[in-house]
Amino acid sequence: MSATTESSGTFSHIGYVLRGNPVTLLSFVMFAILIIAAVLGPLLVPYDPLASEAANALQPPSWEHWFGTDNLGRDVFSRVVTATRLDLMISISAVTLSLMAGSILGAVAGYWGGWLDAVLNRVMDTIMAFPLFVLAMGIVAALGNTVENIVYATAVINTPFYARLVRAEVNIRREAGFVHAAKLAGNSDIRVLAMHIFPNALPPMMVQMSLNLGWAILNAAGLSFIGLGVRPPTAEWGIMVAEGANFIVSGEWWLAVFPGLALMFAVFTFNLMGDGLRDIVDPRQRT
Amino acid sequence: MSPRLRGILFRIAQAIPVVIGVVIIGFVLTRALPGDPAVYFAGAAADATSIAEIRKTLGLDLPLPQQFLIYVGDLLRGDFGQSISTGQPVIADLASRLPASLELTLVALLLSCAIAIPLGVMAATRPGSLIDHACRVLVTAGVSLPTFFTGVVLIYIFYYLLGIAPSPLGRLDFIYIEPDRITGFYLIDSALAGDGETFLAALRQLVLPAITLALFTLAPIARMTRAAMLGALSADFVRTARAAGLTGRTVRYTYAFRNALLPVVTTLGMVFSFTLGANVLVEKVFAWPGIGSYAVEALVVSDYAAVQGFVLAMAFLFVALNLLIDVTYTLIDPRIGFEAS
Repeated sequence: MSATTESSGTFSHIGYVLRGNPVTLLSFVMFAILIIAAVLGPLLVPYDPLASEAANALQPPSWEHWFGTDNLGRDVFSRVVTATRLDLMISISAVTLSLMAGSILGAVAGYWGGWLDAVLNRVMDTIMAFPLFVLAMGIVAALGNTVENIVYATAVINTPFYARLVRAEVNIRREAGFVHAAKLAGNSDIRVLAMHIFPNALPPMMVQMSLNLGWAILNAAGLSFIGLGVRPPTAEWGIMVAEGANFIVSGEWWLAVFPGLALMFAVFTFNLMGDGLRDIVDPRQRT
Repeated sequence: MSPRLRGILFRIAQAIPVVIGVVIIGFVLTRALPGDPAVYFAGAAADATSIAEIRKTLGLDLPLPQQFLIYVGDLLRGDFGQSISTGQPVIADLASRLPASLELTLVALLLSCAIAIPLGVMAATRPGSLIDHACRVLVTAGVSLPTFFTGVVLIYIFYYLLGIAPSPLGRLDFIYIEPDRITGFYLIDSALAGDGETFLAALRQLVLPAITLALFTLAPIARMTRAAMLGALSADFVRTARAAGLTGRTVRYTYAFRNALLPVVTTLGMVFSFTLGANVLVEKVFAWPGIGSYAVEALVVSDYAAVQGFVLAMAFLFVALNLLIDVTYTLIDPRIGFEAS
């Protein structure tokens, strides 16, 4: 296999797409900012996100406190930046879990078909029959109100999207020539499935994953907004908006607006990136 | 039996396994997960004997299949359990609060359809124009908006800064008296009672939450309308109609738009699912006394039966709505009935 020429071809294609589409380039830059904030955030912020200072409560944005201070005198900027890690961690682990579960279930159903396929389809239909955010609420309520359970609930409601995608991609290649060749060469079913068929499903999966990440962040922040999962005083965008909402009617806008903007920034980044990745992976689907 | 009727019956039959699945998931969520429901139902001040007693009354000491049968029997009788916090049957609580949520959701959906569909059509008929770009920006920004955040920002602007919105606390300012309950929809009830003042007051309370929810649903509807309209405009029958010399208007609205509406109707089902979820958040922001805020209040105090009743009720509502949409679809689109046979 000529790996070098192939990858340089891929890179030049990516370079070509990025030059033609500055918005995608911008989304990668925004993604880099998010990653930096998540990895280095706690080291970079000027104040301890949990340190309260009652004398300095509810100060509007200033040079000392860029995003102002909250009702306990905590620095909102430090809290918004620190929260990036937790929010990204929840959504990335949830999406990774559903990616893995969806891949295995979808690949097995698509390859072997039969009753396994029928059962899986029914189960996925049933999950999709729930309003998904409401199902997530029900799962967290049943499992217990912790951050891990937010991750599991978000993973469950995302799994059908991946399972269906992988199932379709595997199913259309089940009888392909290269699959027969691989089998005749003595590969086992599992090996053919994992090494020959499944990799074909990865590009559309990456697109789905990026679009899903934005949705997963919204979902997790929504759950913590209504009081599930993350507990105060932990810094997390959803709960910060919820706490700030109590002060919005008396005009202290900075408490809720900055974490909300950070949340929008993250979701917007993943949505833009997903659209950009789709252009790279499948140029025909450009809208 | 006409093929169309057969199509409708076929679609209703398809919903049965989904309903069974929903009931099974509901059962798994209430009974089979780690954590002891008896402890929840007994409350905080319970000791071992009272927990054991409650376990017996709830039938939790029976084998799982038998428990499942009892559970299904309860659901068939409309028994969703008792709410700990209100002391009422969950189904009664949900029924009394459902109109508030439905009023909000329906007004929001109407509003967003009224904006998104014309926008999508205009974007599709003038590709590359300013309105097309505006539509694209709106669609991308719309899906990135956290509903609860939009609500908070709208409250800040229209209540605090401009002072034109009433305080975001519920369906009616406390100085007004609730209209007599006929439908439970304040707008309809006050209109029926001929009480213009209460109608306006209820409308003023409704505007901000409805806009918040509408902003959220705008994006998928506009996106789908644009795509469907583009598809319809490039179809052969539109070219034929143009070649036959029909005016641009007739072609666009009588030929293309009618066909483009079909996929939009299907999307509405999906949008409704998102809306039911977003409803929970919007109701919390605006202290709207609907089933969403009921579920949130129940979550906070670990009122287990109320939350699960809410989840199940939402699922049934959603399944029924999708069924309704598909049946309507079969009635509008003569091709569907034949496919099923």
